[in-house]
Amino acid sequence: MILTGFALGPILPEFVLAVGALALILMGAFRGERWAWVVTDIAIFFLGAALLLVLRQPSGSVAIFNGAFIDDGFGRFMKVLALAGSIATLLMSGDWLRRERIDLFEYPVLIMLSTVGMLLLISANDLIALYLGLELMSLALYVVAAFHRDNVRASEAGLKYFVLGALSSGMLLYGASLLYGFAGTVSFAGIATAIHGQSSIGVIFGLVFVMAGLAFKLAAVPFHMWTPDVYEGAPTPVTAFFAAAPKMAAMAVTVRIITTAFPGIVGEWRQIIVFIAIASMALGSFAAIGQTNFKRLMAYSSIGHMGFALVGLAAGTAAGVQGVIIYMTIYLAMTLGTFAAILEMRRNGKPVEEIADLAGLSATDPPMALFLAAMMFSLAGVPPLAGLFAKFYVFAAAVDAKLYGLAVIGFMLSVVAAYYYLRIVKIMYFDAPRPAFDKGSLAERAVLAIAAAFIVLFSVFPGGIVDAADAAAKSLF
Amino acid sequence: MDVAAVFFYLFSAVTVASGFMVIAARNPVHSVLFLILAFVNSAGLFLLLGAEFLAMILVIVYVGAVAVLFLFVVMMLDVDFAELKQGFLQYLPLGVIIGAIVLVELVAGALTLVPSPLGKPAAPTPGVSNTQALGRVLYTQYLYFFEVAGLVLLVAMIGAIVLTLRHKRGVRRQSVAAQVARTKATSVEVRKVPSRTGV
Amino acid sequence: MDSLAGNGWVWPLLIIIGKSLLILVAGLIFVAYVLYADRKVWAAVQLRRGPNVVGPWGLLQSFADLMKFVFKEPVIPAGANKGVFLLAPLISGGLALSSWAVIPLNDGWAVANINVGVLFIFAISSLMVYGAIMAGWASNSKYPLLAALRSAAQMVSYEVSIGFVFITVLLCAGSLNLNDIVSAQDSAWGLFGWYWLPLLPMFVVFFVSALAETNRPPFDLLEAESELVAGYMVEYSSAPYMLFMLGEYVAIITMCAMTTVLFLGGWLPPFPVPPFTWISGLIWFVLKICLVFFMFAMVKAFVPRYRYDQLMRLGWKVFLPVSLASVVVVAGVLEIFGAGAHP
Repeated sequence: MILTGFALGPILPEFVLAVGALALILMGAFRGERWAWVVTDIAIFFLGAALLLVLRQPSGSVAIFNGAFIDDGFGRFMKVLALAGSIATLLMSGDWLRRERIDLFEYPVLIMLSTVGMLLLISANDLIALYLGLELMSLALYVVAAFHRDNVRASEAGLKYFVLGALSSGMLLYGASLLYGFAGTVSFAGIATAIHGQSSIGVIFGLVFVMAGLAFKLAAVPFHMWTPDVYEGAPTPVTAFFAAAPKMAAMAVTVRIITTAFPGIVGEWRQIIVFIAIASMALGSFAAIGQTNFKRLMAYSSIGHMGFALVGLAAGTAAGVQGVIIYMTIYLAMTLGTFAAILEMRRNGKPVEEIADLAGLSATDPPMALFLAAMMFSLAGVPPLAGLFAKFYVFAAAVDAKLYGLAVIGFMLSVVAAYYYLRIVKIMYFDAPRPAFDKGSLAERAVLAIAAAFIVLFSVFPGGIVDAADAAAKSLF
Repeated sequence: MDVAAVFFYLFSAVTVASGFMVIAARNPVHSVLFLILAFVNSAGLFLLLGAEFLAMILVIVYVGAVAVLFLFVVMMLDVDFAELKQGFLQYLPLGVIIGAIVLVELVAGALTLVPSPLGKPAAPTPGVSNTQALGRVLYTQYLYFFEVAGLVLLVAMIGAIVLTLRHKRGVRRQSVAAQVARTKATSVEVRKVPSRTGV
Repeated sequence: MDSLAGNGWVWPLLIIIGKSLLILVAGLIFVAYVLYADRKVWAAVQLRRGPNVVGPWGLLQSFADLMKFVFKEPVIPAGANKGVFLLAPLISGGLALSSWAVIPLNDGWAVANINVGVLFIFAISSLMVYGAIMAGWASNSKYPLLAALRSAAQMVSYEVSIGFVFITVLLCAGSLNLNDIVSAQDSAWGLFGWYWLPLLPMFVVFFVSALAETNRPPFDLLEAESELVAGYMVEYSSAPYMLFMLGEYVAIITMCAMTTVLFLGGWLPPFPVPPFTWISGLIWFVLKICLVFFMFAMVKAFVPRYRYDQLMRLGWKVFLPVSLASVVVVAGVLEIFGAGAHP
């Protein structure tokens, strides 16, 4: 019987979210654009409902649809992160979009559909599901990147992202077809069985191309070149979204395919991951130094952070995956907090994005300066904030796996990266004050405050998240 | 030689030749027309394989819809193709290298080809046309992929609308409902007009 | 047959060629009189006589036109893209004729009784647009290009709802084979068992979409003479022009035949009782085609031409939702009453 695998339970969050998106698009189409804010609120409600449903899933691993979709501890943890990222983005974007007069009802719907894609991607357990999830996620991202269509830079960002994204999808598909050809199956577990330790040249080619496609979505070097332009050009709430939620999904699927489909050929994929990690950390650290635009700086910063997270994956152990999960959790909080601050940077009704505009923020808006400084310290990895713990777990896993060189290089590059984060703190606290920013919205301030609270409290009570990440990582092995 | 082999070589030769002409033709409209020829001949190859449903869908979707849009884009765009092709040759070495790599990979792949664990393809079930057979697996075994693919297309549609549709203000639009709802009482007025005075 | 030096395929091939030729000749003669009928109906509605000079009652008019077209000199504009310019009418005429390969004239009387007959017809009709586009582009002239744009948008738009109408019929018949679709309409109810009655809204949608798909009035926007002179055929003359005309009318007859097959029971007699069943299925089929064509001709005479936005509105905002909804309704009804095809 084919239909025995047809059980809606494990896929319920995605189902609710997809049906909700369909209902909202109809509502928006019939109610017109003035209902954009209502649609946004309901979209947040649906995302919250999906979050609750993910949390309420029974523990253990269940695969449905002939093994194409898997619901396990790792997936649930990453889904919570992705959903949290989407909810925070939608909360923050309402005001910004309204002020720029691009508050169309399609925006929350596209964010929702993109989130559905992320959840499906996180749960993907074979190559077809991986590709479909990835396309669903990315296609919506291409559109929201160009959402401010009368703005030349936003259109440029959307077009660039689309063309390069299509190229990377092509590479991924080419790799997937090679894998399928040589393994004779698309399921991750089936590929692992078919390879059983001996790597033929075709499998390695497939692996390389699939990694290239995924590295593009992660914005890891050498597939990062779209990132600065797209981050700078896209509307700021969209940039916040790019930096947060899709990274969770892309990292999750990278971890899953590496650990479940290629556990037998560690030597082959470790070279790739180590190279990508070192290159990303180096580029993220050095290229960000000369930046004057805050969004562009955050683009390089996110490239670097993906490099650090991949250090944990390079270890290839449960401890390493635990490190990746913790890193991504903390990265999500730091990124959302920083972008909440960037969204608040608005003078005379116009958004400002230069780092120099932050000068003397400690005098004009002390709480914001304090929160943002906490973010910067954490991003730099200054003790005792959460960013330090994130780096600690991945480096410890790398050392355990005897990747000493990688750990040492990573540590040195994190010192380099600290320079430009601390420079922002210096500008905020020691430079001559500029005029105050406009009063930001409550949601932006709330996200900033919650993120700051998270990174401070994590160093005090790390236990819960570390244990949950440990359990999640073990579900893959 | 049986008739199927004759048609196989005919279709494949025309497919390959028109595929070559797609990149060799000077006029881009001719390129698209050759692309269409290649599609139609590929559909012929599908027919020879006994996959008549795929053959017809290929023609309907790719030739009937996708290539029409291609053709329009090429016809409408006022691109100076001579200028566009000026730097064409400088990319030749790169193209040759990439092509050579892919060729080597394909040959290497063919040489190391392992017998598929799936074994031979299943024999066609007697009494079931391939349309029925496709429908059966598409809506059961591959339901998940089918539905997600539908969502992907929906996103593409929303995206196209969001990025291009502009609501112009002050445009007079036809309201069919309003026109149909008109009655004699609301649209005709009968007046007695005395001569030489006007209304 | 196989003993003939292994040439088991020669005879079937010759038979297929013979059948095709037969249907080609018969079809072309039929088209000649359909053209004549079209003009006569139009004239009668406008209280004119119509063609009445060549032969008795003008019966040979179409053949006189044929001679005229064939013996005139073809003119190719200097700026035209010669190859594409001459290919366009060939594609238009050839494609239109090729769809007759799958249409069953009587039970089992088709040149190729293939499993995906409906899809074949659909594929051919979606290819028909290339004749117009290529002609419009190759003429290197403004009006033809505008007409090509219009025709592509129009045909692609109405193909969508035609596709959905096909699906509703397929759901009821449970087959893509045209022969089986007709057989599925065979019941004791006679003409009330044909699909035009249970699927009446789809019948109407299909009829109107067929008008639009074949560029018949009131949807003949691509050759709207007051705006575009003669549309994509402006630059054509003599035999190439005739091929376009031929293609257009063959496509119209094809659509009439499809209406007959899908909704009017193909070759089936209206009442399955003796005096009617004595008459050959072929006669019934031709009679039904003539009936549908008479409706086509009357619409041309009665209805004023649509404006382009109205045409698009009708296609996308009325027919598409209606046909989409009816696919759901028909599938649901069949599922609930268990009457659907369960292979």
